[in-house]
Amino acid sequence: MQDIFAKAVANASAPVLWGIAGVDAILLVGTLAAVLLPILKPGKDYSNLRQRVWSWWIMIVLLSAALIAGWQTMAVLFAGVSFLALKEFLSLAPSRREDRLVILFAYLTVPVAYALVFLDMYEVYLVTIPVWFFLITPFLMTIGGQTRGYLATVATFSWGTITCVYNLGLLPFLARTPGWDAPQAGGAGLVFFLLFVTEANDVLQYVWGKLIGRRKIMPTVSPGKTWEGFLGGWVCTALLIYFLAPVFTPLKPMPAGLLALLLPLAGFAGDVTMSAIKRDLGVKDTSTFIPGHGGVLDRVDSLTFTAPLYFHILAYYALATY
Amino acid sequence: MTGADVVGRERLPLTGPAIVAANHNSHVDTLLLLSVFPPKAMSRVRPVAAADYFLTNPVMSWFATRLVGIAPVSRSVARGEDVLAPAKAALDAGEILVIFPEGTRGSPDEMAPLKAGIARLAEAYPQAPVTPVWIQGAGRVLPKGAVVPVPMNCCVLVGEPLAWTGDRASFMAELRARLEALKDQAPPLKWS
Repeated sequence: MQDIFAKAVANASAPVLWGIAGVDAILLVGTLAAVLLPILKPGKDYSNLRQRVWSWWIMIVLLSAALIAGWQTMAVLFAGVSFLALKEFLSLAPSRREDRLVILFAYLTVPVAYALVFLDMYEVYLVTIPVWFFLITPFLMTIGGQTRGYLATVATFSWGTITCVYNLGLLPFLARTPGWDAPQAGGAGLVFFLLFVTEANDVLQYVWGKLIGRRKIMPTVSPGKTWEGFLGGWVCTALLIYFLAPVFTPLKPMPAGLLALLLPLAGFAGDVTMSAIKRDLGVKDTSTFIPGHGGVLDRVDSLTFTAPLYFHILAYYALATY
Repeated sequence: MTGADVVGRERLPLTGPAIVAANHNSHVDTLLLLSVFPPKAMSRVRPVAAADYFLTNPVMSWFATRLVGIAPVSRSVARGEDVLAPAKAALDAGEILVIFPEGTRGSPDEMAPLKAGIARLAEAYPQAPVTPVWIQGAGRVLPKGAVVPVPMNCCVLVGEPLAWTGDRASFMAELRARLEALKDQAPPLKWS
């Protein structure tokens, strides 16, 4: 057991290990705050903060273990994330009684997509959900015979499977990028960088919003979001991406600049788009799976938008594999 | 695979004699209810289930009595027989009795008229609190008549326990009102 662990760590690239250490350090500060605040400023309810920090630790430990253990573990972990996110989405979205078995068919996209990751069939992956699943699902719904609310339900299935399965499944593909194609920090480094900057963007937009936020940016969709938070987070995350990209990715300065410019915007877009859906459905969180955070889908909403952007910028400008 | 959001888990009775009254739409209800109890209390939970349905086939019977631990109740009454005897025995043994007062699964997420057997039990055991529970979404996972379960998130809402009111009519009205109130707290179920 210790041997396996030692070997896995020895195989992991230095930037990834340093990155994980850095994230742990940041979280340690958060943990200290969660422990000290109730002592320094008693009287307020800190249970949400405590739950949040505790959940962050579990997520970080799981992700770090998967990053160190290799792309197979990453694929299994993200298959689980895709399934849970899709389940939350399909449970909340309006559906019709006749479509129970079509919903079961929608879940099939998870094993199929991740099997294609294991088989390294990237070209087939690209068309499986957006083309074949996209066409077969409405046909199966037709067999069910119910035409009421037909088009809206088709859209529900497509939206759920593309965001929760297809977009997130790109991550394990990145994780299995061979070392020669990403010599800086390997495939794990590519995935780490995406997860880190996506979450950093979420957190920085939140912090800037709390510090100086005044003007609401989307009052009808997400009343807590402000222009100041959005712009402050954008600038900070862009700088973070531009200066850290050479450490983790093979991106040259121009494409790194492009990523720096667009990724914070994509993260924001994913966040507010999912907020719009939740508002439409009349819920605040997609479930209570992650204590203090809400559902899995609440946690990965920005990632469903940043993952394809990041993947395709890398594939177009830097990676020979994809 | 299905998973449920539980609201008010701390209101569940952990020791008997106690009665849990829940709405009923699916076989999944029983499993969901069992799963929300802490492991220590789970062995004391005894769901009341129809003998004519669960005890006719030996496989189902083994599953129902050995694994789930049901208290069988006969739906066809023989003369002079107390149909509630197994339920009373469970309460005498200090167990937590789960009752679906609708008596059958019915159509998803609609409450059928409540049967009064629960009131007779509450009257006979006034020391046993009756905790109302609303289970939402199980009717989508496995509705009556369906064979294949489909994983969907469910919601289990536990209400404040209610005590015996003194007469059956007011007790049943109170129980129904509590269940309706829990139903209104549940997240919207867009299922049509």
